[in-house]
Amino acid sequence: MNMLSEAAVEKALDKKMNEVAYKMIGKDVSVYYGEKRALFDVNLNVRENTVTALIGPSGCGKSTFLRTLNRMNDTIEGCRVTGKITLDTDDIYDKEIDVVELRARVGMVFQKPNPFPKSIYENIAYGPRIHGLARNKADMDAIVEASLQRAGLWAEVKDRLHEGGTGLSGGQQQRLCIARAVAVSPEVILMDEPCSALDPIATAKVEELIHELRANYTIVIVTHSMQQAARVSQRTAMFHLGQLVEENDTDKMFTNPDDQRTQDYIMGRFG
Amino acid sequence: MSTPLILLILAIVAIVCYVVGTRHALAIAGGVSSKLHSRPGYYGTFVAICAVLPAAIVLAVWLVASPFYINSAVLGGFPEDVKAKSQAEQGLAFGMVSSLARGMDVLTLEEIDSVGADPVALRNALGAKGLPLAGDPEPYMVESAGDLNAMNKISNRVMTAVVLIVALIGAGLSYTRISHRFRARNRVERVILGALVVASSIAIITTIGIVMSMLTEAGHFFGRVPAWEFFFGTVWDPRFAAAGAAASEGQFGLIPLLLGTLYIGFVAMLVAVPVGLFSAIYMAEYASPKVRSVTKPLLEVLAGIPTIVYGFFALTTVGPFLRDISSKINGIATGDFANFIQAQSVLTAGFVMGIMLIPYVSSLSDDIITAVPRALRDGSLGLGATKSETIKKVVMPAALPGVVGALLMTASRAIGETMIVVLAAGVAARMQLNPFEPMTTVTVKIVSQLTGDLEFTSPQTLVAFALGITLFVITLCLNIYALFIVRKYREQYE
Repeated sequence: MNMLSEAAVEKALDKKMNEVAYKMIGKDVSVYYGEKRALFDVNLNVRENTVTALIGPSGCGKSTFLRTLNRMNDTIEGCRVTGKITLDTDDIYDKEIDVVELRARVGMVFQKPNPFPKSIYENIAYGPRIHGLARNKADMDAIVEASLQRAGLWAEVKDRLHEGGTGLSGGQQQRLCIARAVAVSPEVILMDEPCSALDPIATAKVEELIHELRANYTIVIVTHSMQQAARVSQRTAMFHLGQLVEENDTDKMFTNPDDQRTQDYIMGRFG
Repeated sequence: MSTPLILLILAIVAIVCYVVGTRHALAIAGGVSSKLHSRPGYYGTFVAICAVLPAAIVLAVWLVASPFYINSAVLGGFPEDVKAKSQAEQGLAFGMVSSLARGMDVLTLEEIDSVGADPVALRNALGAKGLPLAGDPEPYMVESAGDLNAMNKISNRVMTAVVLIVALIGAGLSYTRISHRFRARNRVERVILGALVVASSIAIITTIGIVMSMLTEAGHFFGRVPAWEFFFGTVWDPRFAAAGAAASEGQFGLIPLLLGTLYIGFVAMLVAVPVGLFSAIYMAEYASPKVRSVTKPLLEVLAGIPTIVYGFFALTTVGPFLRDISSKINGIATGDFANFIQAQSVLTAGFVMGIMLIPYVSSLSDDIITAVPRALRDGSLGLGATKSETIKKVVMPAALPGVVGALLMTASRAIGETMIVVLAAGVAARMQLNPFEPMTTVTVKIVSQLTGDLEFTSPQTLVAFALGITLFVITLCLNIYALFIVRKYREQYE
């Protein structure tokens, strides 16, 4: 890819950003774990083809909010969500919505790389197979290759597709998990501190990957690293004590935030 | 002084040493325990150990060694004509002497005087005290018994004195060693470590001892019956023949018993594996914590029921039920109400044993399934897989090696199980494949070969050891293989 076309892509994306197309809209979202309230009436919209970073000190509710977006909180005992979250126009907490279908549209990458104890190929093929995305072996091969290409892992693993996925390095495992999420062609990809278990080189690769994925997917990423939020995201949302403090353009957020608490957090005064 | 009394004194010494040692250590530190190398209690424990441990060892050695010495001294004092007799007769004479000695302890001095040197009167006097003798004691026996008593008394006194002196020396020496920099903790912990090592080696040494004794006896058996006739023989007919008769050889074929064992074990696993595994999946994946907290202990209660109780259940309920229902089915189908399932059958034993094994399968598998990292489940659910897809395609494959290990361990239990099969499977050693007929197992035959009045030199009895060692080797191999698999599986996640 030459410089010109890359710049053109950036420009097109920026233009899109200005039009403000919302992929997901969260309205008055509150989450309770049993009696304890973890999230207080959060109103946060996720823009299409944008990387939105969620930052804030530990226990501020950013991961909780992320997990409401594909209803992963459903798997936690005693967790209750109120408010309304829409994906395009569908209310994802509506009874009509099948959570399985939702998670196929809103994929997730976790903090610790969690490849299945299967081969690399089977790790990628798992999602497409359960959703019936491939009609035959050739289709599946194509999906696996395309997904690994997208995750920038193809060149490294193409000769050992049938070896165990757990044998890869940490960074490769995380990119494998991203490829696995990409394989089911989601619209949104949620990432929960995807680099916290990786070394700086692997982190750089994953960040680069996030940057590229932005062209095709809407990405929401939780991160503890302010630098990472500044590097990969266009929009940043700051959480504190279960409340959304501020949501803004990343550039503005890190130079001239509206809220004093954001300023303090970014300057390292708390958190 | 009697041994329990000495032990009690040692215990008191230990407590006193502990208190004194602790106080002394504190006094040296001027009441500030942080000035000491170890906590004050360690100094107290150190003094107590130094006082009691060597004394206890001396006591133990003395108690073991002194009877040997005294007995040989008494035997040496027997008249020459008795010494010339056989070993067994000398043993009998010595037995008489020691019961006499015990009796003379009971009699008062006046009674001994009144009896005088008359052996018959002595026997009567002892009989009146509830100490019957096997025969009239001879005069030299009375004399030896007196010697024995005297020596025992001296030995006991010396022992008491030596033990107490050793305890005092130990206490004194260790007391003087207490100082600021003395590393009492390290020494105490070394002693504790030693105690732990001794405790764990007892189990291992006992196991080795059991195996060795089985091997020796089995060796005797194989001295009389060729090994290949045992391992490859297809007929089990040990024949309890009259002693000395020519046809008392019998046939000791292992194959029918082994087949019965494996067949019944197989039926049991057929029952236990699906039920146990499904209940494990339910408890690990679907049950709410509330349900789980009730069902899991409830299921584990099954594991605590003695197997003989399952045996009753098989004998009085399951067996007759299967027999009756088979005769009804036969009646409906053919008009002939003959039962085709015997009350004692492979099916009965296997079914009941299967029920016994359910808690093992489910409890072990439940632990293994819960050990599969939550991250794997999340990964699968996050891709839009349903819960059952996640269980089938991610959780169970990940848990499979561990589950296989658990099943192998369960199988080794099934093979070693005795009481259920004794009651439910019958004793007929046959080679056949009909699960409705009785068969028998290795364990049942071990029981039947070793019950009753039998001499421990005939192949009929010794074969039990050969069977035992065979069973031991089989279950040992299964367990080692299972452990190997389980360990390999653990490595994946840690």
